[in-house]
Amino acid sequence: MTGAGTSAATGTAVTAAAVELSGVDKVFAAGRPGATRALSEVDLTVAPAEFVTLIGPSGCGKSTLLRLIADLTGPTAGTVTVFGKPARQARLDQDYGIAFQQAGLMDWRSVARNVELPLELRGWSRGRRRARSRELLDLVGLPEFAGHRPGELSGGMQQRVAIARALAAGPRLLLMDEPFGALDEMTRERLQAELIRIRRETGATVVFVTHSIPEAVYLSDRVVVMSARPGRIAHIAAVDLGERTEDTREAPEFFAKVTEVREALRGRAPIPAPRSPR
Amino acid sequence: MRDRLVRVAAPVVVGVAVLAGWEAFVDARRIKPYLLPKPSAIWHQIRLNGADIVEAARVTGANALVGLVAGGLLGVLAALVASRFRLVNELLIPLAAAVNAMPIIALAPIFNNMFSTTSTVPRRLIVTVVVFFPLFINTLRGLLQVAPIHRDLMASYGAGGWALARKVRVPGALPFVFTGLRLAASLAVIAAVVAEYFGGVQKGLGTRITSAASNTAYPRAWAYVAAACALGLIFYLGATLLERLAMPGRRRVV
Repeated sequence: MTGAGTSAATGTAVTAAAVELSGVDKVFAAGRPGATRALSEVDLTVAPAEFVTLIGPSGCGKSTLLRLIADLTGPTAGTVTVFGKPARQARLDQDYGIAFQQAGLMDWRSVARNVELPLELRGWSRGRRRARSRELLDLVGLPEFAGHRPGELSGGMQQRVAIARALAAGPRLLLMDEPFGALDEMTRERLQAELIRIRRETGATVVFVTHSIPEAVYLSDRVVVMSARPGRIAHIAAVDLGERTEDTREAPEFFAKVTEVREALRGRAPIPAPRSPR
Repeated sequence: MRDRLVRVAAPVVVGVAVLAGWEAFVDARRIKPYLLPKPSAIWHQIRLNGADIVEAARVTGANALVGLVAGGLLGVLAALVASRFRLVNELLIPLAAAVNAMPIIALAPIFNNMFSTTSTVPRRLIVTVVVFFPLFINTLRGLLQVAPIHRDLMASYGAGGWALARKVRVPGALPFVFTGLRLAASLAVIAAVVAEYFGGVQKGLGTRITSAASNTAYPRAWAYVAAACALGLIFYLGATLLERLAMPGRRRVV
């Protein structure tokens, strides 16, 4: 966990990048026979308020990359900085909110108290927490479920609660690891639209992992296409579709971008359609 | 509503049928009362000794309860310590497993000699030791089962080991604690009754059972056995009720 470097970006950078990875390698079980190289020489800079999606075939290390930014694992080589500080410091300062493919709600807490968990750990008062969780449950469209148990909610609703929890402390950076991966197509598109609205309202930087090409194109400012074994950045597609609306998904420019990303995935990845869930 | 009726009625019907069958069987085969008395004879003894049965059950019940609370608290506490320190965990688990395999009730005569003959301490001590293990093992299992996603989340909040214990481990272990408690509640009564078989204060259900049996008053002995069954049931139901109160609407581990 100590791999995050101290040399890069420690100076008073005028406009610190939200996330900066330079020369990042990640080897699991390093030095042992079963060692696997998950990431190799990854350089990536995410600007403040940017929405960046990582896409690639299973095992390309996109989730590992996200976990490195979150400092849930450390790099074997290279540096990871978040808002100009080492990833570890950013984690301890609770600079980011995170959501995973599973909602991971705690079934012994009510929906509202799940949302309030990060605030409890920040030492917010009860009244402030209550007010904030009410605000967030409004934001994700679940105001009437505050007192319910997570088990009483559908998968999509649980995922919205998990997103509310990730937003609770008002983080400047949102890390999302296939948060809509286990949902049906309809729920998925609704939550994508919701995420775009939330992001517009909060102005947060988002790093998003997915294996759905349309999802990546619809949500992002930039799509980072990765190739597998070892995970590398193969291509970065800038997406400029302007304001996302219902019609965005049917616009020709949208399809052009989807094609560009698909070509990039096909060109570098040995397996054609990277659709298998992880 | 109908399900509920069936659920209550079914065991009652079975119980009555068993008692009636028992009565008829003893009558028909002319079985001697010292082998197996008739339920009606046992019931007669229950009514005859009502006040003493209640008093004996109160004494044994108090021993079981004190032991259950003491052993339960110790078990949970030990599990908390063991889950927090890996070394303690590795030392305690094999020890606990070894001691658990021992017939703890065999310690009763030894404990009796350690205290004066008028003391209830040895009996309560036996209950404490018996109760300790189911609570220790179950609680520890619960405490060590942390979902990886919860571990990641807590790490993302910059939370340390102590916060993880308070917010995740302990509440997550609660269903396991109550599984242990339900097991221990019945064990506590068994241990309290059997501990009385080895002498000491002449009070309680176990003492009454042995003295009635040695006076060949078998229906009376059975009357006290029935009271011991009822006491065990009360303890079990008490533990179940406590579980419902502590975790309304939560999943339970069977």
